Amino acid sequence: MQEKTNKSKGRFGVHGGQYIPETLMNAVIELENAYNYYKDEPEFNRELTELLNEYAGRPSLLYYAKKMTEELGGAKIYLKREDLNHTGSHKINNVLGQALLAKKMGKTRLIAETGAGQHGVATATAAALLGMDCVVFMGREDTLRQALNVYRMKLLGSQVIPVTTGTATLKDAVSEAMREWTNRIDDTHYCLGSVMGPHPFPTIVRDFQSVISKEIKAQILEKEGRLPDAVIACVGGGSNAMGAFYHFINDKSVRLIGCEAAGRGTDTFETAATINTGRLGIFHGMKSYFCQDEFGQIAPVYSISAGLDYPGIGPEHAWLHDTGRAQYVAVTDEEAVEAFEYLSKTEGIIPAIESSHAVAYAMKLAADMDKDKIIVINISGRGDKDVAAIARYRGEEIYE
Amino acid sequence: MSNIKNAFKNGKAFVAFITCGDPTLETTVEVVKAAAENGADLIELGIPFSDPTAEGPVIQGANIRALNGGVTTDKIFDAVREIRKSVSVPMVFMTYANVVYSYGSERFCKTAGEIGMDGIILPDVPFEEKEEFAPVCRKYGLDFISLIAPTSHDRISMIAKEAEGFVYCVSSLGVTGVRNEITTDISAMTKLVRQANPDIPCAIGFGISTPEQAKNMARHADGVIVGSAIVKIVGQYANNAAPFVGEYVKSMKTAIENM
Repeated sequence: MQEKTNKSKGRFGVHGGQYIPETLMNAVIELENAYNYYKDEPEFNRELTELLNEYAGRPSLLYYAKKMTEELGGAKIYLKREDLNHTGSHKINNVLGQALLAKKMGKTRLIAETGAGQHGVATATAAALLGMDCVVFMGREDTLRQALNVYRMKLLGSQVIPVTTGTATLKDAVSEAMREWTNRIDDTHYCLGSVMGPHPFPTIVRDFQSVISKEIKAQILEKEGRLPDAVIACVGGGSNAMGAFYHFINDKSVRLIGCEAAGRGTDTFETAATINTGRLGIFHGMKSYFCQDEFGQIAPVYSISAGLDYPGIGPEHAWLHDTGRAQYVAVTDEEAVEAFEYLSKTEGIIPAIESSHAVAYAMKLAADMDKDKIIVINISGRGDKDVAAIARYRGEEIYE
Repeated sequence: MSNIKNAFKNGKAFVAFITCGDPTLETTVEVVKAAAENGADLIELGIPFSDPTAEGPVIQGANIRALNGGVTTDKIFDAVREIRKSVSVPMVFMTYANVVYSYGSERFCKTAGEIGMDGIILPDVPFEEKEEFAPVCRKYGLDFISLIAPTSHDRISMIAKEAEGFVYCVSSLGVTGVRNEITTDISAMTKLVRQANPDIPCAIGFGISTPEQAKNMARHADGVIVGSAIVKIVGQYANNAAPFVGEYVKSMKTAIENM
């Protein structure tokens, strides 16, 4: 079924497009034109590379997890350490790119949505660095789960607006940021945090995040002299996974595995596993897969991880799923928490609860693979922000 | 070509928006009848959506009340059948792309046509994406209504040329909701529409609530659209809202009918 029309832009198979109010159309067209101009401009790229290397700390390490590999007794495990980036996650890659682009476009104000707070913190950081105003929308539920990140954003000079509509989580933060953008466009850039939303965002965010797979490729070739057998990443909207997959898409020998948040299980209503439980729909500017009821009402999803607690997935992932190029598996809260604890104890690395979903699946997969196989897990962020929530999950009340 | 053109034959048109199922569909049927009896020339029936990104707090609240009350697309179709027994003014659905797409665009439009609807407004489907919905609407006698916004500028002519039914002129930036003043140069927008398509009526919506605002807006257009102000009345009087909405519609239509 090809529903692509010649006027529609930003399609990945049937997915993508620009399903947004007319009020925003000239804004996304302006953004697309600016991006097409700057993406190949040497000065823009020089400035961005300098920010990534000198400010964010790139390239991030590709670390051989020797103890973990030996304990599991299967494939050789490498960890891509996006958790070591400035602000503690991969989000900074995209944010520095978009903030620099917005500045070149003459925008003076950034707005952003955030789930776990990582994208909000990264946006607040870039705004502070580049001297821009910043307003972050965050579901009230998430402001409670991630109180430390809320204060961090305030410390960085941003305003944080708790969103109380709907389920008061990430999807509602996106809706509210979109509403704010329709209200104030002239001086404002919507710094979208994932490979989702209307065109050109899925492409822009993927390009800025693709530095992850570019580095993995160079690093693994240097260390092992060959490509990995699998690359594994967690998927909410899907920006860290898209970044980790992108430069391997044409290398058919590399399995690409996205780990969705199953929450309390894909057979329950308390899940956020979009590919595994959702169906085709149109929401937040894009056609893709969404968790929804039979009348198209978006489902109130659930995951222990505020960053994966989203009812949709980016359109390029939906297309990678349709074509079979990538595989999307579901990982429960319990499995993710166990992986969170395992990596902390085994390698001395506390991963974000989001990234722990990828660690959990990789642990199962690695054990079943031969010792001469290689897998790369994208550790998209660090887990300091999650410590209190995991303690609560384990029945221990601690105060931040 | 649908029945919508008849809405613009009685002087300046008054277009009333009502969220279906807020607080119950029985109330919606009564409210729609009251609006029609008191001079509404066109009625927009909102099918609630869980995440209405173009709506302000008032209509968001109505959507939540309606969905919590158990309203569904099928139940709304039944309510329209009931309304059509006594109401003949043109009516359009206003909802979000996923409500139509998820139901099956073909199945949705076929039913909507059969029960006597005249058009569909999808605020999250801009010109570039309309080919996904407009042809199937046309097939079942529904006009696919296009919107223009204060930011549309050079897009207005392209949109107006292909417009069907009427052009929905969004008066202000931002989401739906009552505003104290509207600062957009509306006449410049409607002028561009008329240059591109002299036959298409223009109705202005977003932010209009008082007879005076309606009068000011109607100077530059063929009609005014009021949503949040009506939804507010329904929110306040709930199951007893019909006479209050009727009274309000009468005051608004009186303000613009002889212009």
